[in-house]
Amino acid sequence: MSKQLLSGNEAIAQGAWEAGVAVGAAYPGTPSTETLENLVKKSDVYCEWAPNEKVALEVGLGASMGGARTLVTMKHVGVNVAADPFMSAANTGVGAGLVLLAADDPSCYSSQNEQDSRHYAAFGRIPCLDPADSQEAYEFAKCAFEVSEKFDTIVMLHETMRIAHTRTMVDVGGERTEVEPSPYESRPEKYVMMPANAVRRTLVANEREDALVAWAEESDLNREEMRDTQVGVICAGALYAHVREALPNASVLKLGISWPLPPAKIRSFASKVDALYVVEEACTYFETRARALGVDVCEPPAGRLPRSGEVTPAHIRAAFAIEEPAHLEPAEGLPPRPPAFCAGCPHRLVYCELRRIKAIVTGDIGCYTLGAVAPYRSVDSVIDMGASLSMAHGMELAGVAERSGRPVVGVIGDSTFAHSGITSLLGTVYNGGKGTLCILDNRTTAMTGTQGNPVNGVTLTEQAARVNPLDVPAGKQLDLVALCEAIGVDEVEQVDAQDLRAIRAALKRATKATDKLSVIIFKSPCRLIDRSRKPMPTIHDCRRCGTCVRIGCPALGKDETGHPVIDPTQCIGCGQCVQSCPFGCIHEED
Amino acid sequence: MPHDTSAVADVTTSGRHVELEETKTILLVGVGGQGTILAGNILAMTAAEAGLDVKVSEIHGMSQRGGSVSTIIRVGKKVESMIADPGCADVVVAFEAVEALRAQQFLRDGGTMFVNDEQIVPVSVHVGNFTMPTDVHERLQKIGAVLISAGQIARDAGSPRSTNVVLVGALSTALPFTVEEWKDAIAKRVPAHTVDANLEAFDRGRAAAQA
Repeated sequence: MSKQLLSGNEAIAQGAWEAGVAVGAAYPGTPSTETLENLVKKSDVYCEWAPNEKVALEVGLGASMGGARTLVTMKHVGVNVAADPFMSAANTGVGAGLVLLAADDPSCYSSQNEQDSRHYAAFGRIPCLDPADSQEAYEFAKCAFEVSEKFDTIVMLHETMRIAHTRTMVDVGGERTEVEPSPYESRPEKYVMMPANAVRRTLVANEREDALVAWAEESDLNREEMRDTQVGVICAGALYAHVREALPNASVLKLGISWPLPPAKIRSFASKVDALYVVEEACTYFETRARALGVDVCEPPAGRLPRSGEVTPAHIRAAFAIEEPAHLEPAEGLPPRPPAFCAGCPHRLVYCELRRIKAIVTGDIGCYTLGAVAPYRSVDSVIDMGASLSMAHGMELAGVAERSGRPVVGVIGDSTFAHSGITSLLGTVYNGGKGTLCILDNRTTAMTGTQGNPVNGVTLTEQAARVNPLDVPAGKQLDLVALCEAIGVDEVEQVDAQDLRAIRAALKRATKATDKLSVIIFKSPCRLIDRSRKPMPTIHDCRRCGTCVRIGCPALGKDETGHPVIDPTQCIGCGQCVQSCPFGCIHEED
Repeated sequence: MPHDTSAVADVTTSGRHVELEETKTILLVGVGGQGTILAGNILAMTAAEAGLDVKVSEIHGMSQRGGSVSTIIRVGKKVESMIADPGCADVVVAFEAVEALRAQQFLRDGGTMFVNDEQIVPVSVHVGNFTMPTDVHERLQKIGAVLISAGQIARDAGSPRSTNVVLVGALSTALPFTVEEWKDAIAKRVPAHTVDANLEAFDRGRAAAQA
């Protein structure tokens, strides 16, 4: 036993490990990523990055079917990618315990939407556990494996960013329960989802649903806390903590199981309070279901909670007409400080050139999404992993380039290409599509913290041993040129992403060749994995045209006269500003 | 190299139990890369080892890309929410002056704000879309902020990278933990060869806040 201050993700890794988890699989995604990065550090468990969440869940289902307790983790939008195996796995059930961690991101701190993954649990009719702090994350992770095996079902462990990334005190047992795999036995009636079996498994799922409801009614994971009975609140997860903060006297039905709901428990709680409220964020998951039970859910006295975005104690106080503490108004006239490409980032010059040629860019998910904001403003769409390439093809079918006189360019990162860009490219080639596609190969999954991926060849085990992608032998890396050629792309070119002249020439060639499909691989390592520095350049006879500062380098500002100023603490001597100066006034130092 | 965000360590209670009637909320704000996370960990461990309940909420994701970052630390007998709403922070520690103004609404009436007296120009200003405010000092003085030249103090102490620990020293004057408890937590959380420099930075930060 020990006390530790753990994030929700660290606590889940600890709980899963103690539950004897033998296999972990995931695709990194904020706010889920650190779960597997912590689990891989522990003994007697094997963890890997999958190319995408669908593959991760299928690996997990195979491991579970084969008798290994398995944890699969992903962010909420990853559950969409994994939805196909998920819905079938919800019918087959499992072998050894199989737990899917789905990490939601209300308010979109690092995501393209704020969907509530619990809808998937309800959709697949599989149990969903909803911890409210790291202690519960730890306990629920352990419990999830028991529930999975007891009811022969995949279990969703659901968290939001506030649970995943908040450290709270955890009493850690520290003892691992080793689970011996039972001998393998073929069970086609359970796992071969051809129609006759699928129909029968649905009947099994019907019975399982009844058993799960009975369990939810009895389980102490759902907790009724009676205080003042004037106000009763149904809530779960981080919202429980916020309700306790904002309405300390309210009675609470805290649901640790968010699917299935316990109808009798909810009706009984409703009958004990004068007014029943539901406090939840970014959806009406509980409210809709409580109303469907015929329970009267009241609107808070001073108005509804926000329909979207993270709900905080302040929102709850406002809805219940509790006075807000005195505070200053937010300051006005401050320059925004959004994230920006790092000094020396290999994405920068590509976007400067795409901006210069006024390309219509279908973009994708990663650091390079920042090409959509100032000073580049060069990205027309960012939808989901892999969409850049398929949407560029769709734009071609709509004749956009001809009508607008602007080239359409699809831009995708290396890890995203491996995740789901390859099939998009295959579709374009197969259907005779033409146009220009760019793979920004910075040798890592940069956005989520420089994880390994199939392109750089660094496994999760090697990542945990701090292997730098730049030290991986060529034979272990994915050869993107050979892959694109094998798929049948007409022109494949690899270009140094730090060489503006070469970038310009390659984009010119590709966008002019409108009768061909061209893929340009812009290759140069992310500055988070290549920390090398060169001397800071010097500026002579500057004409103050401002071109250099418009490349958006955090190390390059200007003084009151408009003369550029280089910040020696941030400059890494990458030479991007040197190349961008139209008058040759910025000089590299030897 | 993957950035290791994990900071798992056993909490060993010192035996002394600090009593706090009300939960205290401390908000650390700054710019990605300034060391707010380490400073938050030092505070969290100091409180945890003094027997208090602790919640530390961080916004990850973009922290290495120069954006605004914040860490909320709440300590008390029993901490409920991990969020700091406007008017709820007992102490705000700003690692950068413009970020201090950006966080001013979180300070509670009568709360304390320590500000590192340095400004980092964001890219939005470099590229000409926005300008830096010229009255940062006046506005900070008006709201009663305590300005600390943390970067200069750290450089004077011979360890420019311990600016964050100078600010922890300033913060220590606003919370009911002993110098020994703070120093114990610092010694456990910084690299072994930097312990002396960081303890010196802590002392100087504490002195600057009391000056």
